Parts: sequence; C-alpha cells; structure tokens
Amino acid sequence: MTLPVTGSQTVGPYFRIGMAPLFREDLASEGVAGERVTIQGRVLDGETAPIPDATLEIWQADARGRYFGTEFAPETGFRGFGRVPTNERGEFRFTTIKPGSVAGPSDSVQAPHLVVLVFMRGLLRHLVTRIYFADEAANQSDPILKLVPAERRHTLLAKRENAGAATFTWNLRLQGDDETVFFDL
Amino acid sequence: MVDSRQYRKPSAGIHPPYFYPSYVSSVKRAPMRPLIVIPQTLSEMTGPVFGHSDIGATDADLTNSGGGEPLGQRIIVSGRVLDENARPVRQALIEVWQANAAGRYLHKGDQHDAPLDPNFTGCGRALTDEHGRYRFVTIKPGAYPWRNHRNAWRPMHIHFSLFGAGLLTRLVTQMYFPGDPLLTFDPIFQSIPDEAGRARLISAFDWETTIPEQALGYKFDLVLRGREAIPMEN
Repeated sequence: MTLPVTGSQTVGPYFRIGMAPLFREDLASEGVAGERVTIQGRVLDGETAPIPDATLEIWQADARGRYFGTEFAPETGFRGFGRVPTNERGEFRFTTIKPGSVAGPSDSVQAPHLVVLVFMRGLLRHLVTRIYFADEAANQSDPILKLVPAERRHTLLAKRENAGAATFTWNLRLQGDDETVFFDL
Repeated sequence: MVDSRQYRKPSAGIHPPYFYPSYVSSVKRAPMRPLIVIPQTLSEMTGPVFGHSDIGATDADLTNSGGGEPLGQRIIVSGRVLDENARPVRQALIEVWQANAAGRYLHKGDQHDAPLDPNFTGCGRALTDEHGRYRFVTIKPGAYPWRNHRNAWRPMHIHFSLFGAGLLTRLVTQMYFPGDPLLTFDPIFQSIPDEAGRARLISAFDWETTIPEQALGYKFDLVLRGREAIPMEN
C-alpha cells in the first residue's frame, strides 16, 4: 500500500515564530576538526531586489566526509545542520568547517559541498541547491556538477574573498541570467 | 550498510507549481528555468536527526507560553506522521506556528489591526512517538487579511514544518479547518492542483480527542516521502 504524500505550502512571511528556535549560524563548535570557513551572500529575486524574508537550511558532512546520523557519524558531535535567515538587506552569513568529499552514485566521489534548502514567502514549495567551493580541484570530477550545463555551474560555486581568506561568497538568485541551479530529486 | 533504496518521486498534482501568478509573491520568486534532475545521493538521503534534548517539555502546549491563558477556542491538534509505505515516522521534529484567535501574528511584519495576545506566542514544537503520533494543545487561529488581491483573507491555518528520516522527506505545509468558507478563495490552498490533495490539508473535527468541558479535537495526519521497495542499481 502506498499513501499519497502531503502537499507543500509556503512558509509565509511569519516563519520566524516557529522556525527561530532552530536558527543556527555557527555549525561547528570549537572542538570540531576541519578548515573553518565563513559563507556569506545575498538572496535576490527576479528584479535583483534583496529578499529579507528567506531562510536557508544547510546540511553537510564533516571534514572527513561523514554525515551525522549514519553509522559513520562524526564522534565530535558535529551535526552538520544550520538554519540561516536573511536580514533586511537580503544577506545571510554562517560559519562552519569545509566538508570532506562524500560517496556519490556508481562508486564516484562527490566534491566537498553543502546541500541548501530554500524557504520563503512566495515559494509554495522549498527549493534544493548546493554550494561547492570554487577553488576545489575535485569539482572537475563531481558527478552532480557534471549534470549541470557548463554555463550555469558558476551559480553553485562559492568564491574565496581573496587568496588565503576563509570567507566565501555565494549569492542565490531566483530568476534572471544568473538564476541559481535548483535540483529535482 | 547504507540503505540505497531511492525515495519515490512525488506524483503530478501533489505539490503546487513554483510559478502560480494568482499567488502574487510567487511571480518574482519562482525559478524560471527547469529544475535539474540529479540522482539521490548520500547527501540528500541523510538529514538532521533531532531528539528530546532539542525541545522543551511544554513546547507542544501553545496555551502555556505566556503568563496566563490565551484568548480563543482551545483545541487539540493531533495525528500521525506516516511515510508513503504507511510506516510511522518516529522522532520526527514538528515545528508549528500560527496567528492568535484574532488573526494576528506575533511578528513585527504583521501590521493587521487586530490585538496581540500577551499570553500567546503561536510557536510550538513536538517529536512524534514510536507510532508516529504527535499532539499539540493550542487555540483556533483567526483568519486574517493580506494584500495579495483586493479583500484577500487567509483561511484559518496552522503552519507545519517536518523533518523526517532525511533531507528528501523535508516538508513544510499548512493545516486548515473544515468548513472554512475562505478556502475556496485562497490562492495558497488552491495552488495544490489535485483536489484530493487539497482535501488532505484540511483537518477533521474529532470526538475521540475532544476533551469534555475543555477543548475541541482536530485530527491531521501527514504523509512524508517513502523509499521504493527495491534498491536501484547505480
């Protein structure tokens, strides 16, 4: 027997009331091993206006590519989950550790990435995208990036602010020439 | 061993489209390009796991958030969270939020000229038990006006956010009330193409959970994505 899935509805404009208890902008406490990074950016609508009422959920593996909740879970207590609202200027910012590579389909290896779920008023259903690191050599062989048309891949790449800096910028655009790639899973 | 069975794809008509012009906010926020189909990987089949340490003992009682009793009709909202294979989803975190009985949210963005209730924040959280059951005590939210079109009013509703077994089961939806005349005119509710799918977002009045002299019961069951029976060969 299969049951029909419950349909999605928008989070609406007032999601903070219910979702604020899980807001987490620092994903990794001090004891967690790995390269510390800050990822920041803006969420923009079809007129490139900043969106002040979006929230992003982040899901990632630890520095060795292990996901919380699996039998290979990190011992450090690193959970790998964040929930980050945008501010009145449409900006978001979170700190974490750079994830390691994780297993992909058909014995492939996925380059370091974070999965991002996007919620906001106006989205009747949440969106799914990913953040990769622009200066990561493993991107060349990533099985998911390969499925994205070459001219759109840049929308998934967070760029290092300047050489050696630990801050990366990644903007999310819902429409337009640089519309972010969203996934159907 | 990692369970490699893929999650079923939602059938057509279950979820709203992204671009739905009668819901005006979708026009500038819906992606215009087709989504890119990718295989389900470990990154999406895993997901955050929550436990009792993540919620407080009284989080499921929204009438207990302030100093005194909130105004409004006291109700019990309960039900089960199942997957498509009719299996209970255990330890699913449910977050709810809602307007007060006058139709006003405790949020700086809500400028509706209706009173705030000092005894009602409208925020609740619960974990499902081993049978997938959950239960909230709250008050019936009021309908409220919004600016989507002239004389637009949202039907009474409670927002539900659920985390199931992995990222792919993530669901945010809204629960409505039976007999609400505004449902017919609400573009958010009507955005679900499938009529039966819309009907499933409407809770049912329930004598079983109604408490004499105290609170009316409403049943609302939710179904999250489930896995295919057979592992897919990669």
